[in-house]
Amino acid sequence: MTHAIPSPQAGAAARAAKRLLPWSLPIVLIIVWQLAAQSGWLSSRVLPAPLDVVKAFWTLTASGELFRHVAVSARRALAGFAIGGALGLLLGLATGSWRRAELLLDTTVQMIRNIPPLALIPLVILWFGIDETAKLFLVALGVFFPVYINTFHGIRSVDAGLIEMGRSYGLRGWSLYRDIILPGALPSILVGVRFSLGFMWVILIVAETISAQEGIGYMTMNAREFLMTDVVLVGILLYALLGKLADQLARGLERRWLSWHPNYSSR
Amino acid sequence: MYFSPEESSQVSEAAARSSNGAALKLRGLEKSFGARRVLRDIDLDIRPGQFVAIVGRSGCGKSTLLRLLASLDEASGGSMQIDGQRGDIRMMFQDSRLLPWKHVIDNVTLGLAPAHRRHAQEVLDRVGLGDRARDWPSRLSGGQRQRIALARALVHSPRLLLLDEPLGALDALTRIEMQQLIESLWLEQGFTAILVTHDVQEAVALADRVLLIEDGAIALDLDIRLARPRERASTGFSACEARILSRVLSSPARDDEAAVPEPVFSNFTRISWAI
Ligand SMILES: Nc1ncnc2c1ncn2[C@@H]1O[C@H](COP(=O)(O)OP(=O)(O)OP(=O)(O)O)[C@@H](O)[C@H]1O
Ligand SMILES: [Mg+2]
Repeated sequence: MTHAIPSPQAGAAARAAKRLLPWSLPIVLIIVWQLAAQSGWLSSRVLPAPLDVVKAFWTLTASGELFRHVAVSARRALAGFAIGGALGLLLGLATGSWRRAELLLDTTVQMIRNIPPLALIPLVILWFGIDETAKLFLVALGVFFPVYINTFHGIRSVDAGLIEMGRSYGLRGWSLYRDIILPGALPSILVGVRFSLGFMWVILIVAETISAQEGIGYMTMNAREFLMTDVVLVGILLYALLGKLADQLARGLERRWLSWHPNYSSR
Repeated sequence: MYFSPEESSQVSEAAARSSNGAALKLRGLEKSFGARRVLRDIDLDIRPGQFVAIVGRSGCGKSTLLRLLASLDEASGGSMQIDGQRGDIRMMFQDSRLLPWKHVIDNVTLGLAPAHRRHAQEVLDRVGLGDRARDWPSRLSGGQRQRIALARALVHSPRLLLLDEPLGALDALTRIEMQQLIESLWLEQGFTAILVTHDVQEAVALADRVLLIEDGAIALDLDIRLARPRERASTGFSACEARILSRVLSSPARDDEAAVPEPVFSNFTRISWAI
């Protein structure tokens, strides 16, 4: 097969078209949506017009309310992630590295893993009431398992040949861990982190819509009671945005820490 | 023992070079995995600075022997004496086993204090890859990776270098280049070298002495007294090669081994890859 070599201008135009193409459908949809809402064909109780959503976003931002809710939600998410992620990492490292720890812990963890964290909500409310601890607990629990399991598997799947090589070059204990086992497990650990960052928001959304006095979930639930669909939509979009941000963060970590890996290196 | 027409004053030269190498003394060395006896009754003396090649059919226990020498496995019986400490022994594997998450230079300095970086760079220069010090191993070709692995072993100035088919995965041209590199480094540094290889020609090109392992024991122990650098086309070279090959092929392959069918050629040099 032969390919014609495109001229520079044609190439640039083609590239621009390629960039724009993925966005054309959302843009068309938003325009149609705006028109449908303006003509009254789409009731604002079902969906507010896009412009109304933008306006609501602006008023919420100007009043500082939006920032307050986002800050509260982000703090909950991060604190829960820090607790659950750190525990998952530590226990995963322990069970991955020591047969004893695996025997002691792994069966228990695998059993608990099969309970969806959200199924625990009634129990959690009984234990902690509806205050911060309940939300932290749920987020930490949800984050724990993906990190734990991927750390465990990461450690277990480190190339035995490399470990043997390291030993024969005199690496022992901590240096073997630092130079070979941890870096070898890192790709898997980061997969766990990335997955749990996504899961973190899902859990937080549910936890906040059920019981909260602050936070994005509270804001949307509150707005629902007053039929303020535009604010509800702002909340939903915020979750999408924050989820995307968390994902971007995880990708950033992968690019930074796995730059040696042919699959992750930035071209 | 086999004496070629080209035999020369190499023996005394080898003795003079011996100071950096470790001497080996194996007596009745044995290794079994469960019920399977892989090595039995290995008696072997290796002089300091000698270059020994080990050949034999796949699965005959060559790697097992090297792993015993490197203390990567425990022997099931017999004794093994190597004059020198653990750190004097370095192993080079068939797969380079570079750490993909460390730059080339950090792979070479693995297990060394940072103060050895300069020396590591020198060794890298010596294997011809000084300018790739800051690259990731994944960016290198197979032959380059093996050269890095060689540099990593040599930085430690080993007294015994164990090479387990380090060139097995390389193309013919790169192989010959690597063989020359290994030979020149060996001549320079005078370590004792034990090379496992499938390639009889490679064994004859590099070694002072070729061992054939068969049924877990040493079946042939042949001194190669050809002048270095060795001319592959010479009659002495071909004669050595032919002799080893005929010995290898004289015993039928056992059923449990995935051996290459035995072709009958009049000219043995053409089938140096047969095992
Ligand atoms: N860890 C092990 N457990 C059980 N059996 C083993 C183990 N390692 C090696 N063996 C057996 O020992 C025998 C010799 O293996 P070895 O790896 O030494 O062969 P080799 O001569 O190096 O072969 P090749 O040329 O294919 O590399 C084989 O039959 C193999 O199955
Ligand atoms: Mg082998």
